[in-house]
Amino acid sequence: MSAPILRAAGLTKVVTSGESPLTILDAVSFDVEPAASVAVVGASGSGKTTLLGLLAGLDRPTAGDVWLDGHALSGEDEDARAALRQRLLGFVFQSFQLLPALTALENVMLPLELAGAPDAAARARTWLDRVGLARRTTHYPKQLSGGEQQRVAIARAFSGEPKLLMADEPTGNLDAATGIEVAELMFRLNREHGTTLVLVTHDVALAARCGRRLSLESGRLVGDERVAV
Amino acid sequence: MGTLKLALRMLSRDWRAGELTVLIAALVLAVASVGTVAFFADRVKTALSRQANLLLGADVLISGDRPLPETFVDEARRRGLAATPALKFNSMVQRAGADAAAGAVLADVKAVAPGYPLRGAIVLVDPQSAAGVAAARVPSRGEAWPDARLAARLGVAPGDALTVGEATLTVGPVIQQEPEVASGLLSIGPRLLVNLDDVPATNLLQPGNRATYRLLVADTTNRDRLDAFVQWTQATVKPGQRIESVRDLRPEVRQTLDRAEKFLALAALVAVILAAVAIALAASRYLRRHLDTSAMLRCFGASERQTLSLFVLQFVALGLGASVAGVVLALAGQQILVSLLGTIAVADLPPPGLMPAAAAFGTGVLLLLGFALPPLIALARVPPLRVLRRDLPRPRAGGVAAYLVGAAVIALLIGVQAQDVKAGAIMVGAIGGLLVAAALAAWLMIVVLKRLPQRGVTWRFGLANLRRRPLASSLQIAALALGLMALLLLTVVRGDLVKNWRQSLPPDAPNHFVVNVLPDQIDGVRALVKRETGADVPLYPMVRGRLTAVNGTPLDTAGLADTRARRLAEREFNLSWAAELPRTNRIVAGRWFDGATGEAAGLSMEDGIADSLKLKLGDALTWDIAGTPVTAKITSLRKVEWDSFRPNFFTLFAPGMLEAMPQTYMGAVRVPESPQGGAWLSALVQQFPNVLAIDVGEIIRQIQTIMDQVAAAVEFVFLFTLLGGLLVLQAAIAATQDERKFDAAVLRTLGASQAQLTAAQVAEFLVLGALAGLLAAAGATATGYVLADRVFQIPFAANPLVWLYGVGGGALAVTVAGWLGTRGTVRHPPLEVLRQLG
Repeated sequence: MSAPILRAAGLTKVVTSGESPLTILDAVSFDVEPAASVAVVGASGSGKTTLLGLLAGLDRPTAGDVWLDGHALSGEDEDARAALRQRLLGFVFQSFQLLPALTALENVMLPLELAGAPDAAARARTWLDRVGLARRTTHYPKQLSGGEQQRVAIARAFSGEPKLLMADEPTGNLDAATGIEVAELMFRLNREHGTTLVLVTHDVALAARCGRRLSLESGRLVGDERVAV
Repeated sequence: MGTLKLALRMLSRDWRAGELTVLIAALVLAVASVGTVAFFADRVKTALSRQANLLLGADVLISGDRPLPETFVDEARRRGLAATPALKFNSMVQRAGADAAAGAVLADVKAVAPGYPLRGAIVLVDPQSAAGVAAARVPSRGEAWPDARLAARLGVAPGDALTVGEATLTVGPVIQQEPEVASGLLSIGPRLLVNLDDVPATNLLQPGNRATYRLLVADTTNRDRLDAFVQWTQATVKPGQRIESVRDLRPEVRQTLDRAEKFLALAALVAVILAAVAIALAASRYLRRHLDTSAMLRCFGASERQTLSLFVLQFVALGLGASVAGVVLALAGQQILVSLLGTIAVADLPPPGLMPAAAAFGTGVLLLLGFALPPLIALARVPPLRVLRRDLPRPRAGGVAAYLVGAAVIALLIGVQAQDVKAGAIMVGAIGGLLVAAALAAWLMIVVLKRLPQRGVTWRFGLANLRRRPLASSLQIAALALGLMALLLLTVVRGDLVKNWRQSLPPDAPNHFVVNVLPDQIDGVRALVKRETGADVPLYPMVRGRLTAVNGTPLDTAGLADTRARRLAEREFNLSWAAELPRTNRIVAGRWFDGATGEAAGLSMEDGIADSLKLKLGDALTWDIAGTPVTAKITSLRKVEWDSFRPNFFTLFAPGMLEAMPQTYMGAVRVPESPQGGAWLSALVQQFPNVLAIDVGEIIRQIQTIMDQVAAAVEFVFLFTLLGGLLVLQAAIAATQDERKFDAAVLRTLGASQAQLTAAQVAEFLVLGALAGLLAAAGATATGYVLADRVFQIPFAANPLVWLYGVGGGALAVTVAGWLGTRGTVRHPPLEVLRQLG
């Protein structure tokens, strides 16, 4: 078995709200192999999004550590973690998180430009074409439908050709038909590029398409189920 | 009571969270800028009216170009009023017996009799006390009291001797301050006080010397006899005689002050308007940030009224605190204005009064009411359901009605400040127009920027932020450009104009005028000047005469609207004659004499004065020249290049009419500026004591000093405007803080480094500031061009430094301010932000 692309060891997140500390995530540990697809499922408030944020280095754990492609996040500062994300990670969010001031093309170019790619515009154009939005390059997010916005976000996530794609409820804000369309696109690109996928969702159908399901309950990992896809 | 407590607690929480910084700063700025000008103007005006009779030295002053008849003094004494005569004239003053190099100084000589002044006092320099000591008497016969400036320039001390005309006087105590406000160019000069009885010995009262004969009158026993005397005098004065009372003391001084106050007040008002914009922005942000609080309060059962009063109480407390702070700052600001305008403003200012403090305070409260109340009312109307459903539409800040309240407040402030709604509306309209034009230009530039190829994510992102909010960006750019432009105009462009004007003077322009030369002194003066300086000085004849009638109708000076024209018409003109048109003159109507002589050839008037006095070609003018009436028709009008600094006359007669009249001669000469420059003056004054030499350079230097001081004061007030612009920027940044945090979080998630985030924000502010600077430089250059071309009529050379300072300074100032305002946005953990705002 190849070395894990992602490793979580004893991840714990405690926040102090008011008097008593609240444990959101309690000693969560797992490994993810390259090219796997993992769904993190659980009820609302079970700590799914917190876990995803910690995995991506968007937040710091109270205890435990995350290894991204062999790099321990705990030892790195914010900038170094950002550099790791830039190199390794792509993101798709429930609420798309496109920058409203930038056009579809500029949004997709963003990670490429941050990485200093000289051919950012051409590559971004290719990706928009692959998600079926070749004609909407100069549109601003507010001029696009929800499904279109999420497709822009997917193009943005894949444009840097990341090893790992993290998706937080990617279909949560879309109607059923569009959600299926977008999920289809995401899984197809994932397959074509051999990307590892970590998906947070409570959409059972979506989770069923993943090769592995991690279940969270009140911050604890209560299930780790592998299925053949 | 409970509401008040809760309100204060909420206020202090917001204060600690930094939610109110911009709002408070904007209020403090508005109150401080209005207060600074109001305090200053109030102090100067109070000083003027309190000291009016002291400054006049009397209650009433009668003056004339020729000796006043005894009837005035007799009448005053008959009515039980105190009266004392005085005489004012210019003379060269020199240290007696000293080496010639000490030079001679043109001084304003005042000859007084015992009893002077009837009001106020002459203050003498006293080594023991900075305030000086009041003189108990006037100079005795044979004694002369110089002011500190004259003593310094002549290098004399008490006990030395100095010469005035043909008289030699002993230097007495040095004057620190004497009654009377300076007016007119020559009376800015140093002063000398002598005894009236010494005047004949000077032998200076020759026909050409412009002496002013005065009678000071005061009702020292306070028996209300003044009004009747003033009425009698008004009915008795003849042309060439004037009466000034405390009430119309120095109308030109008062008028100048009024104008200066209005200008400064309106400049301060620009800062207030910018502050109002900042307050409106900050209040609407406050509204957005407190929607949940308000919904929660309503949820817990607070009524709309309770909620409203809770927020209003907070704002009232905030307004009171900020206004008090603004007034305190204004007290410091006005002291700076006083020191900047030191030598121009009246000495001995009274302490700051309560009225300006109240006005400034009121400004703060009104601004808060006009611009913060509408969002607060909206805040109280938040539906409690918002607690459950965040996507409910946000209440808007009152719409049109809200802006009407704000507009009314601004209109009220303008009305109060300008004391003249029309003038105020014009000024504010002009500024508003400038703002709109600047905003349009900024908007255009933003559009153009979008079309330019953009390399690099930081630039793209920075520029995208500008065009994302084109209206807000344009407004910020315009506000900043306005402040920057005012400062550029007052510094770089003003300096350029003065320099260009100096350079536009011909290099051989005379730098001294020699006046008051008697006919039998012509050859002697010319020979002396030639011998001492090597220069030829052409001398022109001059006769003094008063215009008494136009086309046979007595001249009605009261009918002249222009105060300058009225003053000119009431005084004696310098009349001359010439066969040839002077080199610096040009005929614009009618024909020059061309050999014609005598009454039929008529006279030629300067175009501008003819216009002021409403005279036209063909009018027959009657002059009173030493009691003899002379009538001649206007046969031509001339344009005169005044800044050639050559002798020029408003009125030139054809040869053959004035030659028999009592006359003096004047001329101009260029003397090399050198340390020995004074030597020829000494020789001139020793040989011809009645001749006056006026140093043009000295007068220009004095004007320059005054201009510099006024400009410094105006610059200071415009600093408030620039601060207002920066505050609008801060308010706009605060209003977009959440968006910026969100952007930063997304960029962070995508792997942007802190340096990249900072660079994107710096790029935005760099461009914002540079655009504002570009507009400011363009505006300042355009204004400079118009001033040079239309007003001063000198060549205009665009100064590249204006662009450098404008663009560079604007970019730097805005980048620093913007960076300070946004540096917090890149620090939050991305996940937290995305969850909060996503």
